[in-house]
Parts: sequence; C-alpha cells; structure tokens
Amino acid sequence: MADVALGKDKCGEQRLVSLPLSRIRVIMKSSPEVSSINQEALVLTAKATELFVQYLASHSYRHGSGKEKKALTYSDLANTAEESETFQFLADILPKKILASKYLKMLKEKREEEEENEDEESGNEEAES
Amino acid sequence: MAERPEDLNLPNAVITRIIKEALPDGVNISKEARSAISRAASVFVLYATSCANNFAMKGKRKTLNASDVLSAMEEMEFQRFITPLKEALEAYRREQKGKKEASEQKKKDKDKKTDSEEPDKSRDEDNDEDEERLEEDEQNEEEEVDN
Repeated sequence: MADVALGKDKCGEQRLVSLPLSRIRVIMKSSPEVSSINQEALVLTAKATELFVQYLASHSYRHGSGKEKKALTYSDLANTAEESETFQFLADILPKKILASKYLKMLKEKREEEEENEDEESGNEEAES
Repeated sequence: MAERPEDLNLPNAVITRIIKEALPDGVNISKEARSAISRAASVFVLYATSCANNFAMKGKRKTLNASDVLSAMEEMEFQRFITPLKEALEAYRREQKGKKEASEQKKKDKDKKTDSEEPDKSRDEDNDEDEERLEEDEQNEEEEVDN
C-alpha cells in the first residue's frame, strides 16, 4: 500500500495511477448491471478519478471564501456542488450547512407562504396541513 | 487496518496527496473537506461506471472497455479529462507491450540456456514463474540466475 501511496512501484518508477485499482474495481462492481470490466477501463477510471479529485479541489478553492484564509473548507465544496453545473451530481452528498435555528425559520416561512396561497385560491377555507 | 470487503472508500493518504498536488503550497485542507472529497470521488466512480456501462450496453457488450469510459467522460461533461486520459491509455498500452516483449525475450534467453539441460516439462514451470514475477512488476534481474 505504501508503494501505491507514494505513486512508485518497487523499482522506484512513477506509477501511472496512484489510487489502488483493487478498490476502484470494488466500487465499480457495486454498480448494478455491470458484468465485467476490462483492465484498460479500470486504469482509465482510476486515472479519471484522480483528475476529478484535483479538479474538484482546485475549483472549490478558487471559487471559495477560504482563499483569504489559505484553506479549503467543507463549505467551499458544498458551494461548488450547488453552484456549478458540472458538479451538481454531488449536491445530495455535499449539502450546504445552515444553523438549525435558520432552518426552522425557513420552514415556518414556507408554511406561512403556502397557507397564504391556498387562502387566495379557495377564499375563506383553511388548509389542512 | 481491518477493511471490510465492501469498503467503498478510497485510501485517505492517497486522496490527500492528490488534493495537495492540485492546490498551491501551504493551503490547509480541513478534515471535513478531505472526507467530503473522498466521498465525492467514490460517487464519481459510480456515476462514471454507470454511464460507461450504458455505452457498453448500446454496443451490445458485457465488458466495459476504455472507449466506454472515454464516452462517459464526454457525457458527464468532463471533456477536459479526455486528452490526459488518452495519453494515460497510450502510456499504459506501451507499458503492457514492453512487459510482454520482456517476457518473450526472457523466454527466448531461457530457451537458449536450458536447451541442452532440462526437459520440456520444467520449461513450462519456468514460464509460469516469469509471468508471476512480471505481474509483481520488474524485479532485480540478478534473481533470475537462481533458476
């Protein structure tokens, strides 16, 4: 494992890919309907994942507020997932964080808004929630 | 380190190194950010696999191949990855070719050496050992002499 982490094989040569192929394969196989994966596809997927990690990190850093602090934070990533179309598939697993009090306030405001709309539509009738 | 066989996470050390390579020197990465990126990477693999698999199925194939993965990147709007991936593929194919040629060369050398000494049976065994050794990556050539 140490060899993989350093990106070098036993002869000290630069490995093409640093992520462990065995682990990548496990993840790929967990996908339904996938029967078999040829070795080239495995290597390319691993390499693509590395490129993805670099892209996600650098994009989030460049667009993030952590730049002044010279840090990459979770919220930089969550912002990227929400605002960038390319990374939207990550929105569910990288949700933005808000204070609980703010969330409860948002819920309340939403409920009030819904009640207002229903009043307008149906006159005096009160909506069941 | 005990790992469950179904561990869908990628090793922290490698992920951290890749992140650091992408950021300017001295930038801190919070533990939460690192963990989030790791999860995102796993999701990426799943998404890419599913996408690539669609291309394989379209081609009526059951085995995912390199072009399926490249098509998936296009589909997922990661065109920027395509050139570096193609380069990596070329390099990988050259490496594989090199290993194969080295293996064939060793076989030739061995045949020359053992022609007058050992019967055909042991030559087969030697070939198996060669293949194993190559899969573990190139080792010190001197070790071969022991055979």
